[in-house]
Amino acid sequence: MAGNETILSVENLKIRFRTLDGIVDAVKGINMHVKAGETVAVVGESGSGKSQTMMAAMRLLASNGEAAGTIDYRGANLLNLSKSELNEIRGRKVTMIFQEPMTSLDPLYTIGNQLMEPIMRHRRIGREAARQEAIKMLKLVRIPEPERRMKSYPYEMSGGQRQRVMIAMAIANDPDLLIADEPTTALDVTIQAEILNLMADLRKRLGMSMIFITHDLNIVRRIADRVYVMRLGEVVEEGDTRTIFSQPQHPYTKALLAAEPSGHKEPVPKSAPTVLAGTDMRVTFKIGGGFLAGDPVYLKAVDRVSVTLKRGQTIGIVGESGSGKSTLARALLKLLPSEGAIQFDGRSIEKFDPAQMRPLRKQLQIVFQDPFGSLSPRLTAGQIVTEGLLVHDPSISGKERDRRAALAFSEVGLDPANRNRYPHEFSGGQRQRIAIARAIILKPKVVVLDEPTSALDRQVQKQIVELLRDLQKANNLSYLFISHDLAVVRAMADHIMVMKDGRMVEQGSPEQIFDHPHEDYTKRLMAAAFVDHAEAKV
Amino acid sequence: MTDITASHAPVVGRSLWADALARLKANKAAMFSLIYLALMAIVCVFGPYLLPHPYTTIYQDYVRTPPSLSAYPRPDMIETALQDVVRRMRADLEEWHEQDERVFVTVSSAKAIDDRVVRYLDRSNTFNDARVESKSPDGLKLTMSASIKKEYFLFGTDNTGRDLLARTLMGGRISLAIGLLAGFVAVVIGVLYGATAGFAGGKTDEIMMRVVDILYSLPFIFFVIMLVVFFGRNFVLMFLAVGAVLWLDMARIVRGQALSIRRQEYVQAAEALGVGSWGILLRHIVPNLLGPVVIYMTLLVPQVIILESFLSFLGLGVQEPMTSWGVLISQGAKNIGSANWLLLFPAFFLVSTLFALNFVGDGLRDALDPKDR
Amino acid sequence: MLRYVFRRLLTAIPTLFVIVTISFFLIRVAPGGPFNQEKGLNPVIKANLDRQFGLDEPLWMQYLNYLNNLLHGDFGPSYNLPDFTVKELFEVGLPVSIQIGASALILALVIGSALGIIAALRQNKGADYAVIATATAGSTVPTFVIAPVYQLIFATTLALVPVAGWAGGAFANKIGPIVTLALPQIAIVARLMRGSMIEALRSHHIRTARALGLSDWSIIIKHALRGALLPIVSYSGPAAAALLTGSIIVESIFAIPGVGRYFVEAALNRDYTLVMGTVVVIAIFTIVFNLIVDILYAVVDPRVRYD
Repeated sequence: MAGNETILSVENLKIRFRTLDGIVDAVKGINMHVKAGETVAVVGESGSGKSQTMMAAMRLLASNGEAAGTIDYRGANLLNLSKSELNEIRGRKVTMIFQEPMTSLDPLYTIGNQLMEPIMRHRRIGREAARQEAIKMLKLVRIPEPERRMKSYPYEMSGGQRQRVMIAMAIANDPDLLIADEPTTALDVTIQAEILNLMADLRKRLGMSMIFITHDLNIVRRIADRVYVMRLGEVVEEGDTRTIFSQPQHPYTKALLAAEPSGHKEPVPKSAPTVLAGTDMRVTFKIGGGFLAGDPVYLKAVDRVSVTLKRGQTIGIVGESGSGKSTLARALLKLLPSEGAIQFDGRSIEKFDPAQMRPLRKQLQIVFQDPFGSLSPRLTAGQIVTEGLLVHDPSISGKERDRRAALAFSEVGLDPANRNRYPHEFSGGQRQRIAIARAIILKPKVVVLDEPTSALDRQVQKQIVELLRDLQKANNLSYLFISHDLAVVRAMADHIMVMKDGRMVEQGSPEQIFDHPHEDYTKRLMAAAFVDHAEAKV
Repeated sequence: MTDITASHAPVVGRSLWADALARLKANKAAMFSLIYLALMAIVCVFGPYLLPHPYTTIYQDYVRTPPSLSAYPRPDMIETALQDVVRRMRADLEEWHEQDERVFVTVSSAKAIDDRVVRYLDRSNTFNDARVESKSPDGLKLTMSASIKKEYFLFGTDNTGRDLLARTLMGGRISLAIGLLAGFVAVVIGVLYGATAGFAGGKTDEIMMRVVDILYSLPFIFFVIMLVVFFGRNFVLMFLAVGAVLWLDMARIVRGQALSIRRQEYVQAAEALGVGSWGILLRHIVPNLLGPVVIYMTLLVPQVIILESFLSFLGLGVQEPMTSWGVLISQGAKNIGSANWLLLFPAFFLVSTLFALNFVGDGLRDALDPKDR
Repeated sequence: MLRYVFRRLLTAIPTLFVIVTISFFLIRVAPGGPFNQEKGLNPVIKANLDRQFGLDEPLWMQYLNYLNNLLHGDFGPSYNLPDFTVKELFEVGLPVSIQIGASALILALVIGSALGIIAALRQNKGADYAVIATATAGSTVPTFVIAPVYQLIFATTLALVPVAGWAGGAFANKIGPIVTLALPQIAIVARLMRGSMIEALRSHHIRTARALGLSDWSIIIKHALRGALLPIVSYSGPAAAALLTGSIIVESIFAIPGVGRYFVEAALNRDYTLVMGTVVVIAIFTIVFNLIVDILYAVVDPRVRYD
């Protein structure tokens, strides 16, 4: 389906940034090309230089960055066009959409105003004509009631709708090439699928080329004709999608493909004792209200959900943002006020006050999503890991604490010699290991894992999943594994709960949920997350 | 992966404080300002002890003397001073001349002159070591000699003949002391109040911040004046008044920080570990609050110095003969037409100190919060 | 929106009431009284004066009387300037203070914003450093230094303007006060504008605008400046209230017949009514300008809704 004419070619592109720590080479002399009508994916992990390459093409590099080499669009080197020449191409022939749907639109103008601006500028037509054009574009990206939506402000729209508006702005002038920088990463998985379908559809209808930057191999498989794999500023492999997936050549590509979470967990025997159980859990948040602020609104974050977690079991709780999965887990640990009965180790704990809970905290631990925010920045890693010992084992000496810290470090695969370093000196994956060490040093029975791998690159994700599995086996831990990433949940959990809007939609074994879902919502969720290669390819 | 035999000699980590210190050291303007401030403090604290002129001493012969690097008196001033002395002796000046650093004066009078008039010479600021050289037999003519006292007034003198250098240094001592002490008072009140509000949250927080809002909308000068009226114009209580007014901003900043730190995941993690309120406060909240507090304090000190000067300028500050930069500038402003040095020297001291404090504050902010740049 | 304004004005009443109450009792608790310091004042005359102004009544009675008068727009007579009522003093002085303050504010907003925008667009270049240096100087040097130095240079040495005085509002007499008041404000506005403009230029929607090939003019004026204005708007509310109610320093150094100087004199002389009048006027200005700021905020930012 792709034509033969090359419309964009990147030759020997080098990008460097001047930073406080000296010069950083972000892109080290890469070559790339895009033909008319084809979809090219650029894959790589954070820091691989994939976004910066495209930023350079759009001349949007940060002020401390400079690009050398050529980026040729139909005979014009984008890197040294004058600003007015550049703006004849930018936004008209070559356009770009970004990862952050919530902030990429100007919050102070209506979307109609923002949509008409590039149309008027590039096509030099009047307001009314531009307005009609803009409405047409909103229809094209399937925004309901486009006339009314023209008057909406971005804050009045959801993330998915904003991303549709972004796409409408980008394609409004019938471009040759659309560059999409992780356009679906910040969206929920069902919305993600809709946006991807829309983009594939539009590409076909308008006959434009597309460059799709992503770290998600599922998306690549689904949408791309050709793939470039980038790592540390270099293109390590390129080829058509099928070949890359079936016969990867470069070790890094192989590692990337192998980094898809794999394996599954055997269910625990029926006879396994129950460790933590919540019955009819309800959590209500008050929004607004207070002095002179009018009537408060009550939001049911968790609405009558029951959970039973057995010794050695991993329950995966899946759902999109706002479904109440994290709230449920925090309520079970009594970190949030809730209604409903909670039993731990056979004792009812729902009425316990913080002082009564304190001795139990040792056995109920939690690992958070954000490895940057969950470690106190002014304590050393060793101090962070052993903080629980200060509370639960105050008698042991500083020396003994240090010894245990070293031990815990080894257990989670960190060099104990680094225990006096501070959190900012570790990478994201290492920080998550520190957070895990902090939880397991107390020998807990239950660990809540709240999206523990979501902020990490796939390869690191895989290592953390393996670490968690090993720790579970070694210590007979029970996990409550919260994630929106179904692939990881499938690999980790032996029982799955699906949540939506504070309610539990469906639960069962992974086979049931993933392969034979009953409820419509679960079906949609699964369809969005695991689209079969053959049927989605456009 | 798991390597128990890994070296047990732990690597020393670089804390955020160490990072900040390194960044501060690399900031030339801030380091230069720090040195300047240190020198200014030393000069103001020890300078007055080393100067030949106490800041309260009045040199009647040297009223409004312009600043000069060379010694006083000048020849014409000797004449004026002599005429002055002789008038006090109720005698007439016959003749005077200077010889070997001594001045020889001959006076006459209609009545016999008492030898003791010689002490009028000693009393003058210009002369000392006076003695009678000769006396006419009828006692109507007396010749005396005295050595000329050399005085240096590098910054000149004020309206009453006091050494401006000594007064500027003394004023600096007061201004700096008030700046530091009142800044400290404001920080202590503000941190305690703000941390309590931010920590307690809910209704307590709402009421406490409402109080701050109301205090904000009271004209702030009104407050200071009331406090000065209550406490009297007492130097020690003065800084209390200033500090008690400037804590409002600090309270707001600390509360905001405390609220945001309380929402951080590391605090939730500590709660999940079962750490009590005190543990969370001491290990997590306070260390992370310190940065903004330090930054704000360096910005507060110049504010306090300005405020004190402002009050002194209005005549509400420290009282004569004690002085401060504000008092000196106020006197200078009244005499700009005739004696501009009275304005220029104290103003230079004040402004350069404020500048240096500003650079240190900016430097600290950049060092502690590098993403701001 | 109208309902919001109305509600805000309603909530202003309790605030004003609290301020009036605190101020009233604070100044009364302070030792001394309006007719005490003139030594040798005949006790009989003092008693007469006290009776004439109702100062012999119990404090709570005086307080209620004062509130009642205030409700009727009566600020009472000045105790120390016996020929005037407080209202008359304000009627004469306030226009002068407002004239000077408003000129300084407008000057500061225009020049300060322009400097800030230039600095932000030339970040870390020569022009930026020049603006930062000027702004640091402007916000560091106190008014009571600027004013006499201005007099020293332009009045005493160059003899271009009079040293002080009002002269019925002659232009040459106004330059000094306005410039002295405006300089520190220019510095603050320039710093604020620079910071918020840099942040606005870094925001994602500006990146979008660039990617769509919009003109620099549209990017800077339409998309960056509007967002960057918000901090300036919220700063200018309290600044306006402070500037328009007169500056003690500037009015006393330049001998201008505004209302700024009343405050200190009145407090020291225990001229109760004049102090209270000043407090009320300043509080009203503060409340009104804060309201204006909030309304402007809603005009600039559609996300802000008041209903």
